[in-house]
Amino acid sequence: MAKITYIEHDGTEHVIDVKSGLTVMEGAVKNNVPGIDADCGGACACATCHVYVDEAWRDKTGTSSAMEESMLDFAENVEPNSRLSCQIKVTDALDGLVVRMPESQH
Amino acid sequence: MSDPAAHVVIVGAGHAGGTAAALLRQYGHAGPITLVGEEPIPPYQRPPLSKAWLKGEADADALTLKPLEFYAEHDIDFRPSTRALSINRGAKTVALSDGSTVPYDALILATGARAIALPIPGAELEGVMFLRTAADAELLKATIGSGKRLAVVGGGYIGLEVAASGQALGAEVVVLEREDRLLARVACEALSTFFKAYHEQHGVVFELGANVEAFEGAQGGASGHVTGVRLAGGRVIACDAVVVGVGAHPNDELARDCGLETARGVVVDLDARSSDPSIFAIGDVAHRPMPIYSRMFRMESVPNALEGAKQAANAIVGRPQPPGECPWQWSDQYDLKLQIAGYAFDVDQILLRGDPATAKFAVFHLQGDLVQSVEAINSPPEFMMGKQLILGRKPIDKGRLADPSISMKEVAA
Repeated sequence: MAKITYIEHDGTEHVIDVKSGLTVMEGAVKNNVPGIDADCGGACACATCHVYVDEAWRDKTGTSSAMEESMLDFAENVEPNSRLSCQIKVTDALDGLVVRMPESQH
Repeated sequence: MSDPAAHVVIVGAGHAGGTAAALLRQYGHAGPITLVGEEPIPPYQRPPLSKAWLKGEADADALTLKPLEFYAEHDIDFRPSTRALSINRGAKTVALSDGSTVPYDALILATGARAIALPIPGAELEGVMFLRTAADAELLKATIGSGKRLAVVGGGYIGLEVAASGQALGAEVVVLEREDRLLARVACEALSTFFKAYHEQHGVVFELGANVEAFEGAQGGASGHVTGVRLAGGRVIACDAVVVGVGAHPNDELARDCGLETARGVVVDLDARSSDPSIFAIGDVAHRPMPIYSRMFRMESVPNALEGAKQAANAIVGRPQPPGECPWQWSDQYDLKLQIAGYAFDVDQILLRGDPATAKFAVFHLQGDLVQSVEAINSPPEFMMGKQLILGRKPIDKGRLADPSISMKEVAA
């Protein structure tokens, strides 16, 4: 279990307890947090679950795969801390994670 | 409409119906929402049923769109194991199989499609299965496994995904396809050839041009468990289980019965609204306009379910519709990621970018110098940029598009 803070583009915060084993994307979608669309349900096929990982958490959330990089390259407003949240698995070590959402996923 | 107290009834609790319910709440709809579904479980994702779930890489929790508690917490009256029997458009009510009659101000039909059965002897045998619902997948998973022989009827995407997953579970898989190539209805020849070779490398056997005449059972006929598939000419392919994946038929009977305009699916506009302004249709059952192709058609995909859910929810709460869409879909088989953008309508040229031998290439379907559709294998840039090119109707330089050493961003610049 990890407490994850999802911050919408307009600053609205959602603090959610997410079960280990789910992805950061699933934690948002299953709790109806707006701003993460995840059209493909986590298949790394759509780039609509783009988030910015809080600087303090970049190491713990790992690095993106070549496929993820390649998809992210075509998302809007990509930053060095951009990730696809369907590719970040939740573990106890991510307790306290903060992610921010872009203005739009499309 | 945009009546904040409106009662919205959603018939069908699949990906489209479940998403519509959640979006209505997310968009601030305050009125009652009733979500009626035939299956005993809350809305879930179907794509993993033939892929990660079948291979045991995803559990039931991961499949659900939202946990069961979500519906009560968001004041959504979710009624599982319940069918809608009829719609009374005059009284604006829906009669349900639990004996109740539910009034609606807005009704969303999200009844989906059902797997087409083969009208041949033995179709009722045990072990002759479809793959549409979680229950179907449960049964299939329990049936196939190491050393089992699985016959897949239909070489479309479902059939190929089941073949790949069956192979991964240790089954011996044979795919029987009526046409002389795989994916005949949905993909170009280059892709058919590529997929066949890739599956063969993984041990799948194909019978093309195969006319399935009957399923044979243990007791020498049409009862008990399936033991084989008989082809025209009499040859029998022995098997322990069969999956039939030969397409789906829209569940549009409720709409037909109450006189809505239908055309193999419920005819709707860009607000997902049917010929009755209080009734919407979304997902697999909707026959809807696709402006970039100047035509109407019916699609079966998650992105289509989501788009319809957004359109109906926006129309009901009075929000503007999102900008134009490029339809898309995906398939995972082995380590292949296939992403398809658009549909190959009115195409006069097919252009290959990359080398299929590397399992990383894309097939562009062109009309003049406009991209109509792209099928991308392990090639996200081609897919992502292809989507933008299709939607933007931006002419491209074919010579540059065919040259993989020029990046997609440069091609589109």
